[in-house]
Amino acid sequence: MADREPVLKVENLTITYDTEKGPLHTVRNVSLQIAPGEIYGLVGESGSGKTTFARGVVRYLPSNGKITTGRISLSGTDLATLSHKQIRKVWGSRVTMVHQDPNASINPSMLIGDQIAEAMRVHLGLNKKQAGQKAIEMLNKVRMPDPELVARRYAHQLSGGMLQRVLIATAMATNPEFMIMDEPTTALDVTTEAVILDLIRELMSEYNTAILFITHNLGVIARICDRIGVLYAGELMEEGPIHEVFRNRLHPYTRGLLGCVPRVDASKKSITLSSIPGFIPRPNQLPPGCIFAPRCDLVEEACQLERPPLVEIGPSHLSSCRRVDCLRTRTKEVEQAREERIEELGPVVLEARNIKKYFPFSGGLTALVRGKKSVKAVDDISIRMRSSFTLGIVGESGCGKTTLARCIAGLEEATSGEIDLEGEHLDYSVSRREPAVLKKIQMVFQNPDASLNPQLPAGYSVARPLTLLRNMSKKQVQERVKELFAAVSLPPDYIDRLPHELSGGEKQRVAIARAFAADPVLMICDEPISSLDVSVQASLMNLLAELQGTAGTAYLFISHDLAAVRHLSDWIAVVYLGRLWEIGSAEDVFVPPYHPYTEALLSAIPIPDPDIEQDRIRLKGSVPSALNVPPGCRFHTRCPRKIGAVCETEEPPWREMEGGHRICCHIPIDELKTLQGGGLLKKAGQGGNR
Amino acid sequence: MQKQPQENSENRMAIKKFFRRLRSNPTIFIGFMIVLIFLFIAAFGPFLAPYPYTQQNLSERLQPPSDDNIFGTDQFGRDIYSRILVGSRDVLVVAGSGTVLAVFFGLLLGLFSGYRGGYFDEVVMRVMDVILSIPPLLLAMVILFSLGPSRVNVIIVVGFLYIPMVARVVRSVVLDLKTRQYVEAARLRGETSAYILYKEILPNVLPHLAVESSMRFSYSIFLVASLGFLGLGVQPPSPDWGLMVGESRTWFHQARWVLFFPAGAIAILVVGVGFMSDGLRRMLLPGGVSDG
Repeated sequence: MADREPVLKVENLTITYDTEKGPLHTVRNVSLQIAPGEIYGLVGESGSGKTTFARGVVRYLPSNGKITTGRISLSGTDLATLSHKQIRKVWGSRVTMVHQDPNASINPSMLIGDQIAEAMRVHLGLNKKQAGQKAIEMLNKVRMPDPELVARRYAHQLSGGMLQRVLIATAMATNPEFMIMDEPTTALDVTTEAVILDLIRELMSEYNTAILFITHNLGVIARICDRIGVLYAGELMEEGPIHEVFRNRLHPYTRGLLGCVPRVDASKKSITLSSIPGFIPRPNQLPPGCIFAPRCDLVEEACQLERPPLVEIGPSHLSSCRRVDCLRTRTKEVEQAREERIEELGPVVLEARNIKKYFPFSGGLTALVRGKKSVKAVDDISIRMRSSFTLGIVGESGCGKTTLARCIAGLEEATSGEIDLEGEHLDYSVSRREPAVLKKIQMVFQNPDASLNPQLPAGYSVARPLTLLRNMSKKQVQERVKELFAAVSLPPDYIDRLPHELSGGEKQRVAIARAFAADPVLMICDEPISSLDVSVQASLMNLLAELQGTAGTAYLFISHDLAAVRHLSDWIAVVYLGRLWEIGSAEDVFVPPYHPYTEALLSAIPIPDPDIEQDRIRLKGSVPSALNVPPGCRFHTRCPRKIGAVCETEEPPWREMEGGHRICCHIPIDELKTLQGGGLLKKAGQGGNR
Repeated sequence: MQKQPQENSENRMAIKKFFRRLRSNPTIFIGFMIVLIFLFIAAFGPFLAPYPYTQQNLSERLQPPSDDNIFGTDQFGRDIYSRILVGSRDVLVVAGSGTVLAVFFGLLLGLFSGYRGGYFDEVVMRVMDVILSIPPLLLAMVILFSLGPSRVNVIIVVGFLYIPMVARVVRSVVLDLKTRQYVEAARLRGETSAYILYKEILPNVLPHLAVESSMRFSYSIFLVASLGFLGLGVQPPSPDWGLMVGESRTWFHQARWVLFFPAGAIAILVVGVGFMSDGLRRMLLPGGVSDG
């Protein structure tokens, strides 16, 4: 591929934003090339300038952003010098873009078919009929079921995965030379993500388009890209072919990023995740030497004196680290081994039996016409939790995992079922629970921006549970707040700060401190890390594991990120359409036999190692509506291992195995074992050892 | 006690920052300046006025602007300039008090209605809809006919008419805020509803309320002027601007200034308040939230 003339050639690109505080050089001296048919993965934490770079390359910057130096050539056309009128002709025909949020990228009042046709009418000069024909063809190309039908639908009638296909079809329609994909799968479920990634891969080999693929997810890069560039604070740190970079990781930043990602084959019991201390520097506060030096564990004095250039260190492999030789000899595994904890079953903390939560579906006239219906968000789930124990709940979005957690917390009143906390019966509603009970269940929420009151200082949020639930005196409270801030590794002067002065990870630390202030026996973590950067995720997971070790709190950990759940959980429960399908210890759930749904989830996890080959089990369609739950086994509509009519009519039985591992499926355990064989992960070639 | 100086300097910093932001945008700056000037006039108008506002000089009726009467004189030979200066107090006090009334009750209703939800919310909001569905001027006239026109009654009417608007804006903000996770965290630790409303929700409503209040204020000025024009507001011989415009109807073919200056004063004040509320929105709600 490298011998072909590159489609895109960027040389020393610097992009500057004019701000009130003066010019900000957000991207500096970045050079790269992308060949036809090549997918170039650009990875980095948020704030590293990925999106700015991509937009700068096609001159699609906001009005205060401009290209200060550098050349951009797209098959010989110098994009940097084109007039505004000329560049408009390039956009949409020679260069296209796929955005992150499909809902925001598609005009909701326009038919899907017209939308795809629009680009072709403008840029290819097709008439309405031809373009309409071609649109259906494109929908067919992106493997859309019933393309004629979909073309006559509106955006709200399609699922997120289907919309993303429409966006890809629109972007491909004009047969562009170069395409930018900005986090195209981040908003999707793992199962859908896997399907879309497969599709992109297939289309690329067919179309020969050069792709710049932006993502923060190293697993996605490993699955789909040919080459990778690691961007940090606006500069390239390492670049090279995908296998080369993932095997050798010849920059400390790359190494750090990879070390942050939890692995599917190890848990908190055996390893602590590595994390990168500190923050990405702002473009106006860059250190004089290597920009990564302040966060690097290999730093020496010479690193801080001069900015090291990007040099070739292997076949088309570039790194800007001065200490590459040191990295070569150093072992790859930076994770620290942890002493295996001796497992001792603690006392039962929470017992929830047959929890059901039905939401009434639209009252008023609709109910009169259609009869009363309800959304069965949680339909008969029972769980039991012990102290110092983490139960992970996984499932696609809309499967009811958050509703279950909110029922236990009392924020949502369960429709029926029993909740016992330490043997005491709990009321459904939080407003009718006694203060003594309230302090025992606390929650850490998903969105760090909404979890702290923007008008109150961080310390107040942490102090309030102490005064309210633990009746501490003012002095005790002050002491304890300081201790709690120290426990979540925040400096004491953060106590007086307002939330907008904190980063996302720091806000989440304050939220964790607030939850721990009540000294709970059960803590519900509802996707606490999913909106954060990998390095921050890793440090928060370490923090949660550490706090559990000292406080003995039980965690109910909800996430759609299976690797994170695997890392933190002792037991894992798999939920689909409001019901449990498999429950067992983390080790058991991740090896065969597993429930066909678990199997599909696991095979969809993007693993940050291009040398691993996963079995490809892909689910068709999207989760059925919880209004019309399929009869029999609820998973039969999408199950790749459906055995026949029995799946559609009868509810499957629970099958129990050693160690309490249970699966709810019509297929007997032994048969599942033979079907699923040795597991999903296979090593290809002789890569590095994992 | 030891914290005092630090807090003071922090306050001073905040005020400095506020003024820096004020200056960075000319429209906002102009708006605030206009409002400040009118406030100054309202406070010191009677002392600045060259003549008593009731002093008649029938030999000098309907005189055009001159050195003695820079805005001219009206049908009784009264100095229009003096009347406008003195009248500004009436406008600002009546419209201002009406706004305060509307904001106070609107805030209370909006807070409780939004937070409680259910039937309470349903009933309150439908009542608000009923009030909103009647044209405000018509409703104001009906009420003032039955109560009789007076300064206090105009304040009550303006307050009453604008309660629904304020309540709706506050309610919609509360509906959003009450699902925020910090409110849920407060519920999880068993805070009372009063605490949650006062400490967790109210401070986050205030920016929206400030913007809404300033908008209500500009509408109130209009309404007060309209009522004055129709003779339902403050009664003669008070130098109410709306009243002055109303009285000038008969004369303005001979003497345009009789209409021009009071009408101009209303327009400038409304534009100034409008700029100010626009500026407040940009400063307090940078996300660009709808004005309800």
